Amino acid sequence: MAANAPALTFFALFLPFVASVLAPFLTRLMGDRAALVLALAPALAFAHFCTFLPEIAAGEVVTGGYAWAPSFNLSFSWFLDGLSLTFALLITGIGTLIVLYSGGYMKGHEGQGHFMAFILAFMGAMLGLVVSDSFLMLFVYWELTSITSFLLIGFDHEREAARRAALQALVVTGGGGLCLLAGLVFLWNITGVTQLSLLVHLGDGLRQSPFYLATLLLVLAGAFTKSAQFPFHFWLPNAMEAPTPVSAYLHSATMVKAGVYLLMRLNPVMGDTPAWVILLPFFGGITLIAGTFLAVRQTDLKLMLAYTTMASLGLLVMLTGFGSAHAVEAAVLYLVAHSLFKGALFMVAGTVDHEAGTRDVTKLGGLRAAMPITFGAALLAALSMGGLPLFFGFLAKEEIYAALAAGNPRAVFFTGLAVIGNALMFAVAFAVALKPFLGPHVETPKHAHEGPVTLWLGPVVLSVLGLAAALFSGVAHRYISSPMASAITDQKIAVDISSVPHLGVPLLLSVITVLLGMLAFWRLTDLRAFMVRALESLGPGPDRGFDLFVSDLVRLSGAVTRLVQPGRLEIYITATFILLAVTLLVPPFLFGELPAMPAWPEDLLVQEAAFFAIAVIGLIAVLRAKDRLTAIVSLGIQGFAVAVIFLLFGAPDLSFTQFMVETLSVVILALVMTRLRLTPRDHRPLGQSLFDGMVAVACGLGFTLLLLKSTEAPFDTLLTDFFNTYSKTVAHSANVVNVIIVDFRGTDTLGEIAVVMVTGLAVLALIRVRAGRRAGSGEGR
Amino acid sequence: MNTLILRTVAPSLTALMLLFSVFVLLRGHNEPGGGFIGGLIAASALAIYGIAFGVPSVRRAIRFHPMAIAGFGLLLATLSGALSIVFGVPFMTGLWVYPVIFDVELPLSTVMSFDIGVYLVVVGAITSIALALEQEPGSDVEEKD
Repeated sequence: MAANAPALTFFALFLPFVASVLAPFLTRLMGDRAALVLALAPALAFAHFCTFLPEIAAGEVVTGGYAWAPSFNLSFSWFLDGLSLTFALLITGIGTLIVLYSGGYMKGHEGQGHFMAFILAFMGAMLGLVVSDSFLMLFVYWELTSITSFLLIGFDHEREAARRAALQALVVTGGGGLCLLAGLVFLWNITGVTQLSLLVHLGDGLRQSPFYLATLLLVLAGAFTKSAQFPFHFWLPNAMEAPTPVSAYLHSATMVKAGVYLLMRLNPVMGDTPAWVILLPFFGGITLIAGTFLAVRQTDLKLMLAYTTMASLGLLVMLTGFGSAHAVEAAVLYLVAHSLFKGALFMVAGTVDHEAGTRDVTKLGGLRAAMPITFGAALLAALSMGGLPLFFGFLAKEEIYAALAAGNPRAVFFTGLAVIGNALMFAVAFAVALKPFLGPHVETPKHAHEGPVTLWLGPVVLSVLGLAAALFSGVAHRYISSPMASAITDQKIAVDISSVPHLGVPLLLSVITVLLGMLAFWRLTDLRAFMVRALESLGPGPDRGFDLFVSDLVRLSGAVTRLVQPGRLEIYITATFILLAVTLLVPPFLFGELPAMPAWPEDLLVQEAAFFAIAVIGLIAVLRAKDRLTAIVSLGIQGFAVAVIFLLFGAPDLSFTQFMVETLSVVILALVMTRLRLTPRDHRPLGQSLFDGMVAVACGLGFTLLLLKSTEAPFDTLLTDFFNTYSKTVAHSANVVNVIIVDFRGTDTLGEIAVVMVTGLAVLALIRVRAGRRAGSGEGR
Repeated sequence: MNTLILRTVAPSLTALMLLFSVFVLLRGHNEPGGGFIGGLIAASALAIYGIAFGVPSVRRAIRFHPMAIAGFGLLLATLSGALSIVFGVPFMTGLWVYPVIFDVELPLSTVMSFDIGVYLVVVGAITSIALALEQEPGSDVEEKD
């Protein structure tokens, strides 16, 4: 490894973001050919991550990073082992093909530049997610994938369905992300580490913590929403509103596997507990069966694939939950196989849609002559998805059955689920791969012909890889499967299954699966009709529930807002002052902190007493004023008296300011009065006057008590001494107050004058709004 | 309040108060005073002028929009603080120069320019509020003059 490897890895992690920023400009410059340049970013990152393969295969891990905020123990750091490297390769490798594919698929679309930018940004986020070492970084990237997914699903934002689907995906996965954040905080609090590379070797500590179950549930909430597990699965099929490259990339090959990634990552420290081995297989199993049943019902190519993706994710969660070495191997093989064949099939569906103008499987047929390359790729991918020998999918399925098949009833149950699920997926795979291409030629909205090379390159490469990985299974296992399985279980595992079938229970189950699948494929139309009827009898699903939830939430927040924001100044002011009185009065009485009764000052001078009296007279004048203007001026009297008192007690700065503030407030209040044209005197009933008076007296009493109490404590001269000593020597100034304002605490003052400025702007805006409204109504008259 | 007495006195009063506000601003370094109080005095001076002669005259007299004056003040204060970056000392460190003009040593500092910034923000913000309120309701001709 070269000496500057960390810098290169850092660069590789940011390359997709850089490409994302450049994408709109390049697309404007070069049109759809920009994709050829942009694809270099993931390709280079892919090449870089490939260089780690020998090291990882030898059982080492690669960590690196840079300090970010060392005082908070935060770092930008990455952690590459078998698990994260496999994901990184899938993301960058498939990403390269997807970028090329998008160039062809979105050709001529006016938003192509944006689209490229979004998809590359997603790639950067996803890559960051899987290689993140620190929890915080993992979370930030996790949310970034949700946000970029939102942008991509809602890409066609003029359609309401796309907007709804985007929002739904964001709410579900974003809500799960918040749970995950809480879960990560739990993990950090229990274990004291903030890095995955340290966490995975911690052993049993976490499992024995009393907070284990809470942590597990929070983490599962994050993982299940992201990976579309039942009952949070509904956002995934809706996400098919996105353009097909997005469905192929985010919603089958990469993002939806983030949840599975997280579970696999945490398996060494959280797995193998009763809760883990019950919850994961249970929800995974339900998702598997529900996904396949729902897939059979669909006629839209993309929706069929979407539901099988959901089913596959269920299968992966189920296998991860089993946690035995065989199950983990099976999960690893299936995950890789799935990314390859499902990515290919989605791209095929997109190509068919793009070239023929429809993706309804009942309106397609006989395209094999027009699109031979696409057909070939589809067939290879379907063979892998169906799990037939010589393909990587077959290896995965053999391993699944080897892992599940055991004597006890629980194993029999889950084996049954897996067989039914796999058989139905087999049927759907061939429905997608064969129906549009075979049979009599059907007239399609567009005259179909083979797409450009960018459209078929992706499916061909991925489906051929699915074949090659099985044929050269030794290489694939050494570099990919074994290191990944070892990382998930935190022990050395060597995967050795090859594509040569051996006799045994797994093979028998495979044969049953294929036979069942062929039967289902043969009677697919009947099966579909049956499913439609069955689902109708079940009533509305969680998708409808989501709508209800959102509309109720909007209603509730509306009601709460109306309750706390009635929009009347009177109520706000009353509430503020009542709260003020309560906070001032309750604690002293509650904790017995009342000040001692102050003694009458012996040395009260005549002038001091006189100004106190003037202040009181001013107050009485306010209360007795006949109209508002008199009240404002009387308030000024009180204010000036207080200013003089400040002066008498040796605070000239404060006094000056008080004088000016009083003058200006009288002027401004008087101006407001003339402008608002209020009634000269407000009429309020006696009851309200009494109530307001009580609130006012309570506030005044509270402040008096607070001030008396705070002057009781001996005066600490620390600050006085400091400023007296240093204001002349350091700040060259004799006025301590000013030195504090403009020098020692200058940054505070900067903030304050910024606030003054913003307040001025806000007041100006408010006055103009009123003036504008008046002018508007004036024109009406 | 368009009285003869006020209109006769207002110009001289405003001029005196403005002069005094600058005096208070500069005096603040060693005696009671400073940018904040100086700004308030200047704002009241302009308010008096406005009461006597109307808002458009004030706007003409001060040439710039009061909010622009406040904005300039904030910029000046920020730059006074940020200048320390050039000299490699922490933000808001006071920097001093002592140029000799006509044989008199004149101590100048970023602290002073910061205080002038405070003065301008206060004048600008308060004046703009006062003028907007003083303006005859309905005669929205703020930008025309």
